[in-house]
Amino acid sequence: MTSLPALPTPKKLGLVIDLDVCVGCHACVVSCKEWNTGGYGSALSDQQPYGADVSGAWLNRIHTFEIMPESGEVVGEAGEARIVHFPKSCLHCEEAPCVTVCPTGASYKRLDDGIVLVDEEKCIGCGLCAWACPYGAREMDLAAGVMKKCTLCIDRIYNETLEEVDRVPACVRTCPSNARHFGDLADPDSDVSRMVAVRGGIDLMPEQGTRPVNKYLPPRPRKPLAAGTSSLPKAENTDDAKGFLAWLDGMLDRI
Amino acid sequence: MHPAFSIIVFTTASGMGYGLATVLGLGLLDPAALSTKLAHVLALGLIGAGLVSSTLHLGNPQRAWRAFSQWKSSWLSREGVMAVVAFVPLCISAWSVIFEDACLDWAGLIGSGLSLLTVYCTAMIYASLRSVDAWHTRLTPACYLLFALAGGTLFASFFASAGESSAAHGLSATAIALLIAAWVVKIRWRRRLKNLTPLSNPESATGLGAIGRVRLLERPHMTENYLTREMGFRIARKHAEKLFRLALIFGGAVPIVLMVLCLLPGLSGGLTALLLFVAVLSHALGILLERWLFFAEARHAVMNYYGGREQDLRAV
Repeated sequence: MTSLPALPTPKKLGLVIDLDVCVGCHACVVSCKEWNTGGYGSALSDQQPYGADVSGAWLNRIHTFEIMPESGEVVGEAGEARIVHFPKSCLHCEEAPCVTVCPTGASYKRLDDGIVLVDEEKCIGCGLCAWACPYGAREMDLAAGVMKKCTLCIDRIYNETLEEVDRVPACVRTCPSNARHFGDLADPDSDVSRMVAVRGGIDLMPEQGTRPVNKYLPPRPRKPLAAGTSSLPKAENTDDAKGFLAWLDGMLDRI
Repeated sequence: MHPAFSIIVFTTASGMGYGLATVLGLGLLDPAALSTKLAHVLALGLIGAGLVSSTLHLGNPQRAWRAFSQWKSSWLSREGVMAVVAFVPLCISAWSVIFEDACLDWAGLIGSGLSLLTVYCTAMIYASLRSVDAWHTRLTPACYLLFALAGGTLFASFFASAGESSAAHGLSATAIALLIAAWVVKIRWRRRLKNLTPLSNPESATGLGAIGRVRLLERPHMTENYLTREMGFRIARKHAEKLFRLALIFGGAVPIVLMVLCLLPGLSGGLTALLLFVAVLSHALGILLERWLFFAEARHAVMNYYGGREQDLRAV
């Protein structure tokens, strides 16, 4: 049924994404596509992959934003603007609107770990779940005519044929800067829950009432560029010079 | 939102069909008249064509039967179930009128009620989506119901006049009142859309509002994707204004003027029917435009990740 679990799921498996650390390399995007095109469900198709108008279904995409503080200047002009790379995949919401709108029962939220999945055998490809999701986490596979979404790599995380270190989602395993973390957010003592507590993890669009499981760690505060410049030595002031540099300073003044 | 042709045709055709079926169910038209029989066939035809059209955009239409299963949570499923349930009394009522020259009051009234309920379910598919601010209001089902009733009554007045029924004048007068009511509510719906503050913005979407104002610097991929095609449809404000005015003229003003002409004494029956037929066609065109704008002007929350705020300000 596409009704949501009545009680909170005992486990809340999800991701914690560190926006301070992500370098925007897109390795997680490619790794996700690679794993999911050969894994659970039908292949993640592309349309005209070698043509002029390339397009395809991706379950994880990275956007890059420029954030301008109040009274900041435009980026590229040595201002206060910050660039944040922003990976986005399904947030496995507790109040998932994509699940309840599904007319066929293909979309569901698992009772035991809270993962939101699509049963591709039941999906009619009406697209209403993608409309209901405010995050754009679902994309239609135009070749198979079914909705695709992040499975939290359900075929990895419980897969005992893999080494234990590999039993995490492909995006987490591949991230070279350690910006992506996987764990149980229902357990307050898990690494991911502690990260969220220490760094003040946030929900995306809390006003949509979706109660996402995935959390984002905001970038750490940064000193403004101007604050750093005052500590640099002034070009004309050599009073602080010591030792060899003081001698050189004196010599150069004399000649 | 992308205005998919199949969905626009579906909501327009099935809306008019259910509206007509609702009025026919009241048994105001003479069941012995050929025009009344044709009206029943047309109502069922419009509803059927609309439903078939709605399956055209499915990725796997052969599994559409599964959509009857989730009526507990999904408005789309409820719509499917109600559409099938409504067909039973509507077909019984049509059978009785077409083959037995008699109105079955119970079947007609149940059919009318279920028809309106189906239109309500259709509207709630859109109105229940919090991710689309424009649709997430009680005014959305109000518009759908009023347009279905107004269009159905207009349609019925044409068939009544073609069958030289005494109900024609009363139906025309009612249709005028319903059309005015429908457009008053629609204008309120649109005024709400123009004035609303979006529920979400790029700051809340990224959670980075605490640092400052958020602007998209780079999209995930260079080319369009499913999301930008499906949710990122843009229409220039100046064109939207013109189209809305055209919808108002064709869907409201023209049919009202024509119906007022028909209410004047001394018009021949044939001419009245012709004028009402033009009114029906004009109304259908107006509703097609209105439905196109319903989608084209609606903005999805996901566009906050694709530079939506800037897009809103730019006319294309």
